[in-house]
Formats: sequence, structure tokens, C-alpha cells
Amino acid sequence: MPTTPTTPTTPTTDPASTPPDKRPAIRRTAPGPAASGFSSRRRRRSDRFVLAGLVLFSAYSVFPVWWLIVASTKDQAGLYQTNGLWFSGMHLGANLRQVSTYNHGIFLHWVANSFLYAGVGSLGGTVVAMAAGYGLARFEFPGKSVVFAFVVGSFLVPTAMLTLPLYLLFSKIGLVDTPWAVLLPCFVNPFSVYLAKVYTESAVPWEVVEAARLDGAGELRIFVSIVLRMVSTGGATVFLLAFVGTWNSFFLPLTMLRGEQKWTLTLGLFDWTGRRMESGVDFTTLVLTGALLSVIPLAFMMIAMRRYWRSGVAMGALK
Amino acid sequence: MVRSLRWKGAAFTAPFLMGFVFLFLIPIGYALYQSLFLEQQSGLGLGGTSTEFVGLKNYGHGLTDSTFLGAVWRVFLFACVQIPVMLTFSLVMALLLDSVTARAAARFRPVLLVPYMIPGIVAAIVWINLYSPLVGPLTPLGKTLGFSWDFFAPAMVWPSIGNLLTWHGIGYTMLILYAALQAVPRELFDAARVDGASEVRLALSVKIPAVRPALVLTGMLSIIGMLQIFNEPMLLRHVTPQTVTAGFTPIMVIYNEAFNAGNYDYAAALSVILAAILGTASYLFYRFTSREAA
Repeated sequence: MPTTPTTPTTPTTDPASTPPDKRPAIRRTAPGPAASGFSSRRRRRSDRFVLAGLVLFSAYSVFPVWWLIVASTKDQAGLYQTNGLWFSGMHLGANLRQVSTYNHGIFLHWVANSFLYAGVGSLGGTVVAMAAGYGLARFEFPGKSVVFAFVVGSFLVPTAMLTLPLYLLFSKIGLVDTPWAVLLPCFVNPFSVYLAKVYTESAVPWEVVEAARLDGAGELRIFVSIVLRMVSTGGATVFLLAFVGTWNSFFLPLTMLRGEQKWTLTLGLFDWTGRRMESGVDFTTLVLTGALLSVIPLAFMMIAMRRYWRSGVAMGALK
Repeated sequence: MVRSLRWKGAAFTAPFLMGFVFLFLIPIGYALYQSLFLEQQSGLGLGGTSTEFVGLKNYGHGLTDSTFLGAVWRVFLFACVQIPVMLTFSLVMALLLDSVTARAAARFRPVLLVPYMIPGIVAAIVWINLYSPLVGPLTPLGKTLGFSWDFFAPAMVWPSIGNLLTWHGIGYTMLILYAALQAVPRELFDAARVDGASEVRLALSVKIPAVRPALVLTGMLSIIGMLQIFNEPMLLRHVTPQTVTAGFTPIMVIYNEAFNAGNYDYAAALSVILAAILGTASYLFYRFTSREAA
């Protein structure tokens, strides 16, 4: 296993520092005194250019999703024959009915499974990570640096290298094709631990913990009623990022889950894309409507909790 | 007192550490151990199989396996094009967003982040259908413009995947770079403006050097992710199985060896080799970029 433990963290320690050697380069282009009126006109033109660029990027970002929404309202004939970027007829109800009733409502099983794996897995993973993050941030103990090296080093381990032996180990103890095969790996998430440590360091002052300890509070009580409350924002971020990761995960459920009753949404949709037309059912409509439905919970959650994941991204990148 | 406190601190990390041993260290050890063995058909293939210790034979096989090496090379070449393109687009996006008023930025940012909210598999499904000559709008668009493009043709598969990955990753990368830009003190930009730097000059000489660490980080994350690319080609394989072969990417080779051919030992050796490549690539990238910065 390659261990270069410091690599993802060290390059970002000080984003604010600008190399001092760049400054003379700017001075060299000092303008003449008459430049200010000219530059304001130039500025207005460059503002328009900037705005056009942003609109262009926005269109690129949104049009595939727009197409998906439009496509899921069409019946088969409309999908194949009409302009993809505009509506023609309203068949969303019929498509939804088809998705939820096809193969005895297997799609609803997949939705429930995705919620179960992502919900329970991220909740367990967040609790484990917050405790570990607190332990790493606020205590000194033998082997601490080794634990932290494990955390950072594991970012470099390919998922396949873990998943294949895990599959063999799980099949020996009879866990393959059970929900545990997907849930257990969610409980141990090194990136969550890393985030939890960073958040605890910034949100929980050591003095508060010391004061509670002097007042006679037990360590567990301090953690549950003081520390967890103080890092609740960080905890929410860790939960959200883990939820999104599990909801979207594909390789692990693909290797671990056999029976289609236990599949996740991503596995089910993957299977449906493999069959185009079967006994009169056009899978393109099924897949597209199902794909749209699978986005909704995620989009809803991300919008409701945008405060948290934005800070999570910034934290993960800058610390 | 102090001594007991130490062990209490360790106790908080114990659940994670136990899980880590069970779900990371043991599997990694098991993969290393297993890669030294080979399951062989005994005699005439009638008497079942036996597992034999073969030393580094699996590794020798892996390092000369043209399917595996071909997949690594294919993905490496692809990464050399896609990652710089995606980073450039994300950087331009972050710079544009940084140069408008805070109100305008707040209006554009959620729109630019829409792709990040889409699960990877769904993003692939949507783009495969957009590319599709049957239902996608891009084929009729090409016809009106006078092109007849086939996005699933052998020469077009990688550009098609590249566009899909760029679309999906650009928002998240932009967000990281934008956050780094926002962390730079504004006085620095004002000082450069007072000194007469144009906005383009400001971006090139002040803003980009300031976000360099974030660029290095996102570049490294992209390299790690790219070498493990699996989902998108697996889905494309449903559409063009003759172009996207079973051994198209390194992880696909490993998956195929393990689950279709049943060669778990060989698959274990290949995943160790891939981990070594991953570690080396990250290390070299880090060394290369940080030496230049120093």
C-alpha cells in the first residue's frame, strides 16, 4: 500500500499567500495618467463578456437536466419523434405509473433500499466519525499519529482493491447479498473522520471541555451533550456528504448484492439501461423517468442543506 | 488522571479503528496474501481445483498482460487531455463568478452547481440518451449544422466520456476553486488594479497563482478518480459493447477477471499493481507541482 500521508493536505495550507515575485510584474504595466476614463468603458465591455460567459456555462450545466425533465413527460412516440428540448403532450402520470408498477413495483423496492442504505449507513458513519474526530482532535494518546496516517493514506487506496477482498471475506462469513455488506463499509469512512477532526478543532475550544471536566462531567457526557452540540454544523455536513456518496455508490452494491429485491436505485437503473425493448415495454421511457425520480431526493436534500455542504466543500479543500 | 485521559481519548477513536482494521487493513492484507497464490485445475480438470503458492507469478503476468496495460495506457492518455480541460473550464468559471457582483454570483452559483446534484450514474444515463441517434437532440442538431456525428463510434467514445465527466465534475471543481479565490484578501486585487493591471492581467498574475494549491488538490483528486473510472464505461458498454470492451479500463479488467473469469488471485494482484500506479502518479504529480511552486 502506498503511503504518502501528507499529500492531500499540505499543498493547501496557505491559499492567501501570493508569491512576492509576481508583484513587480504587475507594476511594469503601470498606465499613463489619462487611462482612467478609457478603462471604465473597457470595463463595461468586459462586464458584458463576463456575463455572456456565465450564461453560456449555465446553459451547458442545465440543458441536460432540462432535457431529462422534458423527456420524462413524453410517451414513446413523443420521445422518438418530437423535439427533445420542448414538451409535446403530458404523459408524466402514465410514465410514473409504469415505473412504479413494472415488475411488481420493483422500482419502489430500490427506492426504499437506497434510502435504507444511505440513511442508516450515513447516520452510523457520522456517529463513528464524530467520535473518532473528537478523539483525534482533542486527546493525546499513543498511536494517534498512526491512526491519522491511516486516515489520510486510505484516500489513495483504490476502491477495487478493498472491495474484492472484502467480497471474499464477506462471503466467508455469509454477509454477501445482505444489507450488511453495503452498510458496514459505510460505517467506516476515513474522509468523514478527517472532516470531523477539522471541524472539532475549529469549533470546540479545549477550555470548554476542561471546564466541564472540572465540574465532574463524565467523558461520554461531555462528548454527547457538549461536543456534539458544538459541532452540529460539521456533523450535518459529514452526514450530508456521506449520504450523497452512498446514494450514488455503484461499485460496492454491484459486487455485493445479487438478488434484485436488494438492489439500490443506481443498480436497478444500470440494469434497465442494459435492456432496450422487451415484451412491448420500452425501457428508455422507464429509465429516464426512473432517473429523474432518483435525482429528486438528492436535489431536495442538497437544496435544504446547502449551507452545510458548501462549507464542507470549502473545508475539505482549504484545510 | 492524565494517563486515564489518554486511554479515554483512544476509546473515542476505537470504534473507527476497529472498523478500519476489519474493513481496510485486513482486506488489504488479504489481497496481498492472495495475490501470491493461483487456483489451478488439477490433472484433467475433473478432480476440481487446487490452490498453489506461486510467489510473484501473478505480478509478472499482470505486468505483461496486454489487456491490463492497454487499459492503463488508454485511461492515462485520456486523463492527460480531460483533466486539464476540466480544470481550465472550472477555473474560467470560478474567475468569471469571482469578477461579478456578489448578488449576481449568488444567482449564478446554484445554476452552475446543478450537475453536482445529479448522481454519476444518472448523469451518464442522461448523456448517453442525449448522444443517442434515436432519442437524443444532438443528432438532429448536427444534421441542421451539416455534421453527421456518431458519439458511440470508436474514435468518439473517449470524447463522449470526456464531455460527460467534464459536465459532471466542473461544478464541484469550480466550487473548490471559487472558495479558494474568495479566501484571498480583496486588498490584494485592489492594489493590483491601482497599479494599473487589467482584469485579465489580474486573473493571470494574481488570482491564478493564489489558487494554485487548490488547483493542485483538485488535479490530484481527478487523477485518483480517473484511474479508477468504471461507472461511465460500464453504462456505455450497454450501448456499444464492441467499442467499449470488457477490459476498457483498469477497474473493468479487474472486475472482469474476478467476477466473470473467477480469477480472484490474479484480480488481487492487478489491484495491488493499480494501487501502486495510483500512489506513484499522485506522488509524482505532487512533487512536480509543488517544486514548481517553491
